[in-house]
Amino acid sequence: MTLDLPLIWAGLIAFAVLAYVVLDGFDLGVGILFPLIRGEPHRDEAMNSVAPVWDGNETWLVLGGGGLLAVFPLAYSIIMSALYVPIIVMLLALVFRGVAFEFRWKTQRGKFLWDWAFAGGSTLAALAQGVALGALVQGIPVVGRAYAGGWWGWLTPFSILTGVALVIGYALLGATWLILKTEGHVQRRAYDIAFWVAPATLLLIGVVSLWTPLLNTIYMQRWFAWPQVLLVGVVPLAVLGTGYLLLRGLTERREAMPFLASLLLFVLCFVGLGISFFPHLVPNSVTIWEAAAPDNSLSFLLVGGVVLIPIILAYTAYAYWVFRGKVNAAGGYH
Amino acid sequence: MDSSDALTLARLQFAFTVSAHIIFPAFSIGLASFLAVLNGLWLATARAVFLDLFNYWKKIFAVVFGMGVVSGIVMSYQFGTNWSVFSDKVGPVIGPLMGYEVLSAFFLEAGFLGVMLFGRERVGPKLHLLATLMVALGTFMSAFWILAVNSWMQTPAGYAMNDVGQFVVTDWWAVIFNPSLPYRLVHMVLAAYLTTAFVVGAVGALHLLRNRTHAAARVMFSMAMWMAAIVAPVQIMAGDFHGLNTLEHQPAKVAAMEGHFETHAGVPLVLFGIPNAAAGRIDYRVAIPNLGSLILTHEWDGVVRGLNEWPADQRPPVGIVFWSFRVMVGIGFAMLGLGVWSLWMRYRRKLYDAPWLYRAAILMGPSGFAAVLAGWMVTEVGRQPYTVYGLLTTADSASPIAAAAVASSLIAFIVVYFALFGSGTFYILRLMNQPVHGHETGLPPEQPIRAGGIMPGPVMAATHVLPATEQGASS
Repeated sequence: MTLDLPLIWAGLIAFAVLAYVVLDGFDLGVGILFPLIRGEPHRDEAMNSVAPVWDGNETWLVLGGGGLLAVFPLAYSIIMSALYVPIIVMLLALVFRGVAFEFRWKTQRGKFLWDWAFAGGSTLAALAQGVALGALVQGIPVVGRAYAGGWWGWLTPFSILTGVALVIGYALLGATWLILKTEGHVQRRAYDIAFWVAPATLLLIGVVSLWTPLLNTIYMQRWFAWPQVLLVGVVPLAVLGTGYLLLRGLTERREAMPFLASLLLFVLCFVGLGISFFPHLVPNSVTIWEAAAPDNSLSFLLVGGVVLIPIILAYTAYAYWVFRGKVNAAGGYH
Repeated sequence: MDSSDALTLARLQFAFTVSAHIIFPAFSIGLASFLAVLNGLWLATARAVFLDLFNYWKKIFAVVFGMGVVSGIVMSYQFGTNWSVFSDKVGPVIGPLMGYEVLSAFFLEAGFLGVMLFGRERVGPKLHLLATLMVALGTFMSAFWILAVNSWMQTPAGYAMNDVGQFVVTDWWAVIFNPSLPYRLVHMVLAAYLTTAFVVGAVGALHLLRNRTHAAARVMFSMAMWMAAIVAPVQIMAGDFHGLNTLEHQPAKVAAMEGHFETHAGVPLVLFGIPNAAAGRIDYRVAIPNLGSLILTHEWDGVVRGLNEWPADQRPPVGIVFWSFRVMVGIGFAMLGLGVWSLWMRYRRKLYDAPWLYRAAILMGPSGFAAVLAGWMVTEVGRQPYTVYGLLTTADSASPIAAAAVASSLIAFIVVYFALFGSGTFYILRLMNQPVHGHETGLPPEQPIRAGGIMPGPVMAATHVLPATEQGASS
């Protein structure tokens, strides 16, 4: 029997994107919450909690983009030109927040500027990612092998909603990460913030989930056709259960449970997206198999992926292990 | 605005973002290796000066690397945003190579960077050295894969076309080890090492000018001048081989570099002149007879093809290629000159009392960056009008994007890059302006060493301990 290489790669790319969203999600979240954390030592502490790992987290974004180019070049070229504006905005925003990690330690006078670059860049990057996701979900017009819309086609009420939802969702990841990694003032602040953003995230997940099936009949079919509603219905029920665990973790002042529950929420939303999309990569126009590069390109990179991804996961886990435990403000090398 | 405006803007945008980007890897490839050497020397000799230097350059590396990462992420998406047709057609060939770059290089760098920057006390000196080596290996692997991609676009091999117009691979070995890869890889990696050596040398020279007895400055300066003396001549040779390879595969590029319009036997070597593409000649030419043929064909009367052999729409723009080539070669020989000068001073035992050599070294500090940029301009402008040489034109590669969109994003990139990378350069120069302190702990003295209670494993009271005694710190 032959392997369905495009399907395997769709799974791997989905994994890379999910890894990116949850990993960079919490460090972007820390950036989004930066203005709400007052006092220089407290901000130092928050930043030190992500400084050793943010770069590795962001590499998953490069794998998602580079991998898409490698194995689904048609989808890459259509999606990137359709989402031109949000992608460029995201890239520029990531430049701002990325350089802030180093620059803010290099100056006293200008430190506040890099605090704003970190916060503004993180927020804008999250917003742009959410908008891009919303624009993708609502569909992209394709003629032949190219995007056939204008350069403002991505801007709709739905994509704005998903943009805001992702900012709030990342803020939740960031807050629960800070609960896990800090103590004292920053941790108390993170609990306070989480009490607001946790219900807000759950509410926004609900609104987006109800709106999505109304976008087109395929999504509607996917979610409400009998009898598969019994199967896919598990996802929203799991979201409810996880939401309960999240809120309970927060009220009981548990340290790890809120973060783990938030991660699980993201995983479930991602599964939900997968159910809506499959088998399309560009919703309703290009399928996984239509977008795939020839099999020998897929198999050539798959060999490397099978060998290297487990190794990457191992040393990434090692890096997290090295920096386990609580951080404090003076933990930098600067 | 029509599509030709969008095309020009997209080309400007790519040229700007990739030029801004290449500065950082050119520095970080060399600096990562330099750091690995310093770290290794410290463990081997236990001489404090190596650890001091490591901690000094580590801070600079972190800033450079950060800017390299963020400007690199831009590049990985730029193919899709501005060059979507290229991505669709060429993705099956270059995509997997870039995938390997991410898997084998970017993750390696990123995964171990945190340990290298923050983790010496947490993992102990040996694992810390391993982390530094992994970062250096990552930067090299990254150079390998991205140069494989670029070289394949210059000298495509091992491909076929499929029925939807995509390039597909028939032989991966031929794709990766395409005819120009070995030359390009050697030339670029040496360029990165030289660039770094001249920066390190300039910093050493600056501090020697201020204080001749500064031990760390002496070590930096001496190491850098050894690199200049040894690597600069090797680089000139490597460049010559690369040029011969280009003559074989992209003769039009070489004709533009050399300023040859007519095909001749025994062509001269054009030293200076002003290319006049419209008239098909070099105005105000200063040339050495027959030397061009001798260098290019290794024969006194060798025949070299001129640009007029190609139709006008298949020639690269002559002026940029001609001038940037001269800038690159000129800097290369200036580097060689400084290396020879340093050897002479070393022979006279005056290396640490040579103020004019120091001043020259400071002046030459940024020369590597200029040479790298000029060299890339030669090769990238020289391969026009193609993205995949001879097969896919630049005009047929662009995205169907409105010129206004490309113009807005171009302006945004220019403003943001100048503001942010300008600030970064300022901070780097400020770091370099500070002397290397003995006993750098990595923490400012006014800040407390982190409390032992929150640390896994024993905490070193000071990082500055001999390797043998620090082994107990590994947990």
